[in-house]
Amino acid sequence: MQRIGVFVCHCGSNIAATVDVSKVAEMALMEPGVVHAEDYQYMCSEAGQAKIQDAIHEKKLSGIVVCSCSPRMHEATFRKAAERAGLNPYMVEIANIREHCSWIHKDMEEATKKAVILMRAAVAKVNLNTPLKPGESRVTKRALIIGGGIAGIQTALDIADAGYEVDIVEKTPSIGGRMSQLDKTFPTLDCSACILTPKMVEASAHEKIKIYTYSEVEKVSGFVGDFTVDIRKKARSVDMDKCTGCGVCQEKCPSKKAPSEFNRGLNNRSAIYTPFAQAIPNVPVIDREACIKFKTGKCGICSKVCQAGAIDYEQKDEIITEKYGAIVVATGFDTINLDKYDEYAYSQSKDVITSLELERVMNAAGPTHGHLERLSDGKAPKEMVFIQCVGSRCSDDRGKPYCSKICCMYTAKHAMLIRDKYPDVNVTVFYIDVRTPGKNFDEFYRRAVEQYGVNYIKGQVGKVIPQPDGKLLVQGSDLLDNKQILKEADMVVLATAIEPNPDVRKIATMLTASIDTNNFLTEAHAKLRPVESPTAGIFLSGVCQGPKDIPETVAQAGAAAVKAIGLLAKDKLLTNPCTAHSDELLCNGCSTCENVCPYGAITYEDKEVNDHGIREVRRLAVVNSALCQGCGACTVACPSGAMDLQGFSNRQIIAEVDAICR
Amino acid sequence: MSIENKSFRPKIVAFCCNWCSYAGADLAGSSRLSYPADVKIIRVPCSCRVNPMFILRAFEKGADGVIMCGCHPGDCHYSTGNYYARRRMTLLFSMLDYIGVENGRTRVEWVSAAEGVKFSDTMNSFVEKIHSLGENVRLGDLRCRN
Amino acid sequence: MQELINRAKELLDNGTVARVLGWKAGDLPYDPEPAYFETAESLKDFVYNGFCGANLSKYMIEASKLEGKTLVCLKPCDTYSFNQLIKEHRVDREKAYIIGVGCKGKLDIEKIRNQGVKGIESIEGAEITDEADMLKIQTIYGERSVAYADAMLERCHVCKGKEHKIFDEQIGESKETKDGERFDEVSRIEKLSPEEKFAFFQKELSKCIRCNACRNVCPACSCRKCVFDSNKFDSSQKANVDSFEEKMFHIIRAFHVAGRCTDCGECSRVCPQGIPLHLFNRKFIKDIDELYGEYQAGDDTDSKAPLTNYTFDDAEPSIVGKRG
Repeated sequence: MQRIGVFVCHCGSNIAATVDVSKVAEMALMEPGVVHAEDYQYMCSEAGQAKIQDAIHEKKLSGIVVCSCSPRMHEATFRKAAERAGLNPYMVEIANIREHCSWIHKDMEEATKKAVILMRAAVAKVNLNTPLKPGESRVTKRALIIGGGIAGIQTALDIADAGYEVDIVEKTPSIGGRMSQLDKTFPTLDCSACILTPKMVEASAHEKIKIYTYSEVEKVSGFVGDFTVDIRKKARSVDMDKCTGCGVCQEKCPSKKAPSEFNRGLNNRSAIYTPFAQAIPNVPVIDREACIKFKTGKCGICSKVCQAGAIDYEQKDEIITEKYGAIVVATGFDTINLDKYDEYAYSQSKDVITSLELERVMNAAGPTHGHLERLSDGKAPKEMVFIQCVGSRCSDDRGKPYCSKICCMYTAKHAMLIRDKYPDVNVTVFYIDVRTPGKNFDEFYRRAVEQYGVNYIKGQVGKVIPQPDGKLLVQGSDLLDNKQILKEADMVVLATAIEPNPDVRKIATMLTASIDTNNFLTEAHAKLRPVESPTAGIFLSGVCQGPKDIPETVAQAGAAAVKAIGLLAKDKLLTNPCTAHSDELLCNGCSTCENVCPYGAITYEDKEVNDHGIREVRRLAVVNSALCQGCGACTVACPSGAMDLQGFSNRQIIAEVDAICR
Repeated sequence: MSIENKSFRPKIVAFCCNWCSYAGADLAGSSRLSYPADVKIIRVPCSCRVNPMFILRAFEKGADGVIMCGCHPGDCHYSTGNYYARRRMTLLFSMLDYIGVENGRTRVEWVSAAEGVKFSDTMNSFVEKIHSLGENVRLGDLRCRN
Repeated sequence: MQELINRAKELLDNGTVARVLGWKAGDLPYDPEPAYFETAESLKDFVYNGFCGANLSKYMIEASKLEGKTLVCLKPCDTYSFNQLIKEHRVDREKAYIIGVGCKGKLDIEKIRNQGVKGIESIEGAEITDEADMLKIQTIYGERSVAYADAMLERCHVCKGKEHKIFDEQIGESKETKDGERFDEVSRIEKLSPEEKFAFFQKELSKCIRCNACRNVCPACSCRKCVFDSNKFDSSQKANVDSFEEKMFHIIRAFHVAGRCTDCGECSRVCPQGIPLHLFNRKFIKDIDELYGEYQAGDDTDSKAPLTNYTFDDAEPSIVGKRG
């Protein structure tokens, strides 16, 4: 028989104002096993915890129930308090009489009655609690970063600088990510490449960092501290050790019709290519879809011109299996597909472009070598129109419900740069709201308006109509002047919404990390744990978690690194002891539980058992408690009830049900 | 509502998964969104921990309604738990309906940690439904009545 | 039958099998029972006739632990159960020598009795080789005849087919006996009002004496220890004192075998109270077919069972109220 102590918290007046706490304590003494009950102002305070500890000592308590706020709030606090008094922390149960009772009920009698029932259920449960001991698991002191953009690079550098091994897996042939495609950055107008490239070089030169480019994560198993990851290193068709990066192959390649991903398809690249001049590693890949040698078997020019003999048409995908203690997701974003926004004539006119395409147009290494010109005829534009919130803050299913956050600022940047370099070009911006929270952001926007004379019109554009003379007729409205506007433009730039990289869903599934309806990875807590996934050992860096600009991304990347370092610094992890456990004498060995386990934590072994004198070898389920996360799916799948969950056992839950229905 | 119904205080058991729905109930609490005190919540790690035995047991012991809440499909903390729970509960409820138990007495709702309003709305509408169905006589074990 | 016995003798003699699992005659002409035969001589008691409804696949759980192979006679419908047991690692395929025996529908003595036939002394026409459509029954009151089809078990009217799903060899012809749809009765009940449904099941289940015959015969109900006998759920069998226990038992029993039940109909066959227990299992089978795609347990040995599977867009539980 347990000796149970019940502690009823007033939570100031939060509970005591609606629940008769002394009555709850009084009623508790009538419950089986309860030998002590008291109420106190703040149980979570030091004095409150001392009361619990004193009672554990004095009354020799074997289990306690704290009637207080949600277990999500203070379960850990009370467990620690109990542990300090020598009680197993899992002999503590919480009756949630604040969030689930005092805060939602007004009538004192009713609330008190309910609090008593919740107390009874907790007492009934703790009567069946057993001491549990967390297991230990080791930590592999290496981190994996998925995505080699600025977020991934920064996280990798921070973790590596702390002395831990880091691997970066990047899908494209080079690290650098979206930031490498940008021309200038707001609000200081530094050249993007000038601040990014040194970081790329630093990462590639870092002795603790290994970079897998043109590679993808294929399979993830294991758990926090001990992940096993298969990385598919796609066949580059170029030997990375031999290639000197001279670039002759790209020059001589006769197939030059593949759209350049780096330049957003605005111009073409060769079949053997490095995405951009500063690519890291500076080793080209052969795009096998575009390569004549792969398509027809003839050609092989690159191989002939390569003095290093680095071209290897026979190269195959390689699977690398590696262990990691922590995984950081930094998969970034892309702009949304504009098929559903036909009114802006994006698909009809080459002169309607996205802002990211404009970045490439403005960039000296871009398709126009940095000259602002119409992509249809190469003429210099005189009138430019920017349309904001294309697909952002959208109430229907064409676009995204969220604000993409970066568009207001980059549009101000574009407008300012254009007005600065080409003072004769008129720039008009159609906007819903201009959102400029951020250090020096509003000042920046105001400079665009006041100093550079950018024409901001509050209103939406209904339609962009390509004219026979090549101009674009923009139909919009001015909400402040309440009038319709018809404007002829030479170029239209769409501030296209951003969305998480489409691969993220696949990656999240592999990691069992949760994801929201917009495919952004979910934080463990929106406010208090913003860089951690609810899945232990998975951390979030950059736009995969939500729209953000470069400074925010870098800050979050650092934060994710710190969380990962905090994990890697530990030698051992304590595992949740609330795991499933199979009763050998009841197990049928039928594999049903194995089929529903999301963690592969259940295996089968042939074991000799002694079933009341019958000795035989049986096929039995065995739970790996380091892998088991304690969901309980197996316990319901098991028809014989052999599988049970510690801390939430069948009998415990039934005891709660009985107490509530009593 | 008739006078008779007013004196009827249903017993309602709500199974809530720790990660979404229990947190949603906490949010309803911290947002002071009220729902009848007849609802008592049992915390389970995941909706897939809810055994049909628990639900029948509640009815056996005199519950008038049983509701199970979990993370929205696709958002399960354990990634797939609520998919299994969904099939199990669909079949169980269908069976209860088949043997003549009013199907309003059982319900599954997906409530996220952010849906405090949905939690309290759900509980309000469920209690209302149980009021309209009245006391559970078909599945109660008469010995357990007070 | 003789062909079967001869073959069994041969296999025993040449050491292929260590024993034969079949049926032997009971005290009455209509109650043969499952039996092991370990010698060629003992096979003289072997019978196989229209009353051999018993599904022998469950016996293979224990037989799989014995030395040597067991020759087991399985009717077409029994082979589904055997497959399901293989899938659940309960029987050892290597320990079984399966003879797929022919079947022309199995008989239900209650159906004969219900036609007013009493004091039965012998029955002719129930032998598997008999071509007769009529049963000739000698009673102490004289000879009676009953149409074979009218005496068949319910399950044979909705037979799953003549095909053996797994076998080492086949002996004997099978006959098409299906003349009904297995979900008709379930559909009829579904259409009743809640009150009528409740009354129907209350009436049926109130007959239950919790003898556990259904559980003991069911090849899917093969747990080493049933939850209703263990203390795991605080649900150990109590005296049959309230109206809920049987409901709980039968719902949970059906739930535990949902997606695993091959609809072999043994539960209804053995119920001494004549409760149509298959109506529970078939309800789940019908729901599974309708909601998750047609699924026949025991069709194979490796498919994912419906309750250990899911799709992202499965029906919500609220569909129960909406289907009406």
